[in-house]
Amino acid sequence: MHSDAARLRVKTWLFTVIVVLSNAFGDFFMKRGIPDTARLATPLEYIAVLFQPWVAAGVALLIVWQMSRMALLSWADLSYVLPVTSIGYVVVALLGKVMLNETISAKRWAGIALIVAGVSLVSAGTEVSTVKRAEAPR
Amino acid sequence: MKWLLVALIVATTTVGEVLQAAGMRKHGEIRDFRPNALGRALAALARNRFVIGSVLAMAASFFAFLKLLSISDLSFAVPASAATYVAETLLARYVLKEHVSPRRWAGAALVIFGVALISL
Repeated sequence: MHSDAARLRVKTWLFTVIVVLSNAFGDFFMKRGIPDTARLATPLEYIAVLFQPWVAAGVALLIVWQMSRMALLSWADLSYVLPVTSIGYVVVALLGKVMLNETISAKRWAGIALIVAGVSLVSAGTEVSTVKRAEAPR
Repeated sequence: MKWLLVALIVATTTVGEVLQAAGMRKHGEIRDFRPNALGRALAALARNRFVIGSVLAMAASFFAFLKLLSISDLSFAVPASAATYVAETLLARYVLKEHVSPRRWAGAALVIFGVALISL
């Protein structure tokens, strides 16, 4: 049983990294790709903006995000996945600093520290799953 | 307009993510990552009502988020959508019946305060 828990933990870490990075970079690429002139007033304009190269790359990453999140939720609790993947807010803040030259105020650094503390509290100290799950068809 | 979009995103994301969690729990742990097995898993998920509902809600959330991104900064849009966090943790406890230990509540509270500090 011990090895099963260890196996789940490794899998969980791997998928958490994929979920976090695909979401952060997906959002960032979408923001980068939407032209300042986009009005998004009609359904057609929504479809058209999806063909902007950076937006398309963002959408591709967001598909990876949803798929990897579904896989993660197939063995992990929602109340585990939520706090652990919230490290993504830190990644987005750092992306803003590095890529967009946004400054990170003392207040923001304090927020980042709290998120990191919360994430480590949940990820290091609680079981990945606390409920009975269906046996997936093989 | 901005806050209306945030409200729409929060509502659709909360519904979508809770349905997604319920659907994936019903499906069970994905263990086999070979392409054929993943294809079979996707085919099973396409018939899973919770998953279908979650995809519809997440699609609505995606287009509302796209609109929000077109009128606001990334550093507003992302943390503002984090309001889903509180509702989802409560739904995880009371609807999905997960055991949210004191440690998990404490972690969730730290994250919520942290997101508030980043975004306000």
